[in-house]
Amino acid sequence: MMGHLILRVTIKILFAPILLYALYVQFHGDYGPGGGFQAGVILASAFILHALGFGLKRCQRVIPPSWLPVGMALGVLIYAGVGLYTMLLGANFLDYDIIQPDSHHHAGQHIGIIAVELGVGLAVAATMLQIFYAFAGREPEPSDDAW
Amino acid sequence: METIYQTSVSAVLIVEVAILTLLVVCAIAMVRMRQLFGVAMLSGIYSLLSAGFFVTLDAVDVAFTEAAVGAGISTVLILSGIAMTAKREKAVSRRRALLPRVITGVVGASLIYATIDMPHYGDPNSPANAYLGRAYIEATPNDIEVPNLVTAVLASYRGYDTLGETVVVFTAGLACLLLIGSSAVRGGGGDGRDQPEEDEA
Repeated sequence: MMGHLILRVTIKILFAPILLYALYVQFHGDYGPGGGFQAGVILASAFILHALGFGLKRCQRVIPPSWLPVGMALGVLIYAGVGLYTMLLGANFLDYDIIQPDSHHHAGQHIGIIAVELGVGLAVAATMLQIFYAFAGREPEPSDDAW
Repeated sequence: METIYQTSVSAVLIVEVAILTLLVVCAIAMVRMRQLFGVAMLSGIYSLLSAGFFVTLDAVDVAFTEAAVGAGISTVLILSGIAMTAKREKAVSRRRALLPRVITGVVGASLIYATIDMPHYGDPNSPANAYLGRAYIEATPNDIEVPNLVTAVLASYRGYDTLGETVVVFTAGLACLLLIGSSAVRGGGGDGRDQPEEDEA
């Protein structure tokens, strides 16, 4: 049980920076490379890394498997909801300019992009973790010398 | 006109040749290896090398995705898949391997043939750069005002497409949940909540 000491210490050190980096990629997508999709994958990979090092059970205690389908659906609904919101305001589907019509620097576009990227990030992170849970939860975890 | 996009022998070219050589070596090693754990590791390395190559092509967003998905998540998923099946690939007789080899050879040759018609890298007159690409580059500072063009195209100009992609990701997760999720395996065990908790604190 106490094997992989170096791996576990490394994972513990890296876990928080990976989460922080995912948030950076998520909210900095307007200015640098990245966006919701990459951020979602990075966020999921942090939890997958933890699950690989410390076992699936401990990861599932933080993020129960029942949350993930909700997160997947919620992400898509946030995205589509922004589109419906712009329609309700009287513009086309996903026409963000209507959110802040009087802005001189296209604030509506910025708000809209941040919102849909949030939806993408949530949907992707939940889906990646869901797929990992589905694979890893099937079999009892392989013993350390199984490889 | 010819001299505009002619690349001299530079550091970038050396890096590109090195990465492409490593990609080919990696691919051949993956084909020849029978131990699936090694193949999974090599596919992760292959993805990381591809990500490096995309960076030299100035496609940082694609490189980012390739590194995160290809080298990160896919490798973990392949390893999880190997944990469920055999650790080694069975040898296939030469006669059975003949047809796949012919198909792979024909497809690969036609792909290489197709690259002959492709415009040069960075050609400003290529269809992708001349019309729509130029229109996006010119319009984004006035329409959207975000510095990253890729985000502007993905989330705003092509927001509808990206919604479709998000639905595709959602569908993939849903399919995995239905096919191999815990409720699909253990006779309708819900979402794993009824599993015995061995290490309850």
